[in-house]
Amino acid sequence: MIGTEVVIQAQGLFKRYGKLEAVRGIDLEIHAGEIFGFLGPNGAGKSTTISILCTLLKPTAGSAQVAGIDVAHDPARVRQRIGLVFQDPSLDDQLTGRENLEFHAWIYSVPAALRRQRIDQMLDLLQLSDRAGSQVRTYSGGMKRRLEIARGMLHQPQILFLDEPTLGLDPQTRRNIWTHLNDLRARTGVTIFMTTHYMDEAEYCDRIGIIDRGQIVALGTPDQLKAMVGGDVVTMTSTQPEAAAGEIQQLLGVTPAAENGSLRMEVPDGKAFVPRLVRELTVPVDTISLRRPSLDDVFLKLTGRAIRDEEAGTKDQMRAMASRWMGRRR
Amino acid sequence: MSVKAQVATPGPIAAPLAPVDTRLASLRAIYIIWYRDLLRYWRDRWRLVASLAQPLLFLIVFGSGLSSSLGRGTIFGSSTGFSYIQFMYPGIIGMAILFTAIFGAMSIVWDREFGFLKEVLVAPIDRSSVAIGKALGGTTQAMIQGLILLVLAPFVGVKLSLLTVLAMVPLAAVLAFGLSSFGVMLASMMKSLQGFQVVMNFLMMPMFFLSGALFPLTGLPGWMTVLTRIDPASYGIDPLRRVVLSDSGLPSAVIDRLGLTINGQVLAIPLEAGVMLAFGAVMLGIAVVMFQRRD
Repeated sequence: MIGTEVVIQAQGLFKRYGKLEAVRGIDLEIHAGEIFGFLGPNGAGKSTTISILCTLLKPTAGSAQVAGIDVAHDPARVRQRIGLVFQDPSLDDQLTGRENLEFHAWIYSVPAALRRQRIDQMLDLLQLSDRAGSQVRTYSGGMKRRLEIARGMLHQPQILFLDEPTLGLDPQTRRNIWTHLNDLRARTGVTIFMTTHYMDEAEYCDRIGIIDRGQIVALGTPDQLKAMVGGDVVTMTSTQPEAAAGEIQQLLGVTPAAENGSLRMEVPDGKAFVPRLVRELTVPVDTISLRRPSLDDVFLKLTGRAIRDEEAGTKDQMRAMASRWMGRRR
Repeated sequence: MSVKAQVATPGPIAAPLAPVDTRLASLRAIYIIWYRDLLRYWRDRWRLVASLAQPLLFLIVFGSGLSSSLGRGTIFGSSTGFSYIQFMYPGIIGMAILFTAIFGAMSIVWDREFGFLKEVLVAPIDRSSVAIGKALGGTTQAMIQGLILLVLAPFVGVKLSLLTVLAMVPLAAVLAFGLSSFGVMLASMMKSLQGFQVVMNFLMMPMFFLSGALFPLTGLPGWMTVLTRIDPASYGIDPLRRVVLSDSGLPSAVIDRLGLTINGQVLAIPLEAGVMLAFGAVMLGIAVVMFQRRD
């Protein structure tokens, strides 16, 4: 599925807003047909990077080629070759789904002979055919997103860029969007570049770049990244966490990290470690859990911080509230 | 031999669309932006009906009221056989055009607020097509909105010949174009809906009051004479009135007295239309530059 052709290339991308350095030297190489996920907390530089690649922002330094075209030299040609799905809604919800697609086909110069056929295909592919004649204001959040994806694919782009495409959607709808993205890639061979701060979603990607404070701190397949954690994650709670931590260090040679009142350890072989832990500790143990590392653990290991999901949570809620209001106001 | 079934799946990405002629692409973009505006206008029929309410209110209440109290005046009344409501009628057509044009064009601000503008601005087209398409969309809506009021002519005692109606179409278009372009220019400078109220109160209402829609622009105080001549709408409403009144059998000396003059000189209709067109072109030019500058 994934070709050898490089469709996105970036060298030393740098973006400064006044004193703030949003992106600090990003190098990337994305292959044709890949699903690439850009993962990081809010404000890490994801959106800035994607905006530079989509020619919506000019980098302060560095260069990038998308579909073989330099983004700084010929933005119009790049835009013809890419599809965009923005973080915020950008549909005309007084028009029908089909009319939104027709508008797009016209401003992207889809040849007249292909217009109808492409629109029908995309509506079909994103399962919107039966609602294509309804005004978009009657669509659910997931349908609007799907329509935006259909629109982004309408002019046969080589690369589809999605900025937080699942933000504010419920888990079931998020999974549904992912099914559609995978299906799109399988049927058309399009390269997908997306940003997300949902760790679970990053697992669907072929490769992930973890970005923090404007720099890529890790790049690889989900499995490669998880292997960086070095084995399994064991978490335990105790009524005497300090004493337990001391004993673990002394008797087992592992340095636990205190986290939300529990102790967290990364060990090469968790199944063998847990019995030893129970046997050797003299302080009382309340609970022990053992799990395979997740991308959250990778992020924690690389940055020393967890991706703050609560923060995203409130933002999502606000967004959902705002869209409800906007929906009513229109 | 078998007939090949139509392929239902989209073609491979390896066959990209042919390179696009940018000039043609811009024309297509202008067309579809214009078309979308009309589609929305047509779909929003309540707005269409509601927007007729205000001109009707002006004509019926304001017009009838003033007609009777001005009945004994020197210009309007039984001596001339010409009522205030007849005078006001073309002005109200102008008002409908003025409000629709500016509001129609300023829907760009709504598009920005609700995100749709982004879809347009990132498209591989020249930004000038956005401004031009919007200006033409506003022009068409305003023209329709103004010309719909022609059906009221018999009710206000205005006789219209086919020739008059035909002459009014281009004049309404010119006025609509000038004001739509002005609206697009305003919208290109506005970031949020907040500026809307300001535009409404400090630009549109004064433009309406000073345009000669409601009273003749002669014998005014000096400061007001200047302001009425600065108001671009004056140059669009005056020709509409001249054309309408020419059918009502008024002597041309009276028509000239009611019309727009500069230094006592009556302006010819083509000159007024030219002023309006030039105003529109300049406004649109500014809007294009503003759009191309934006991120």
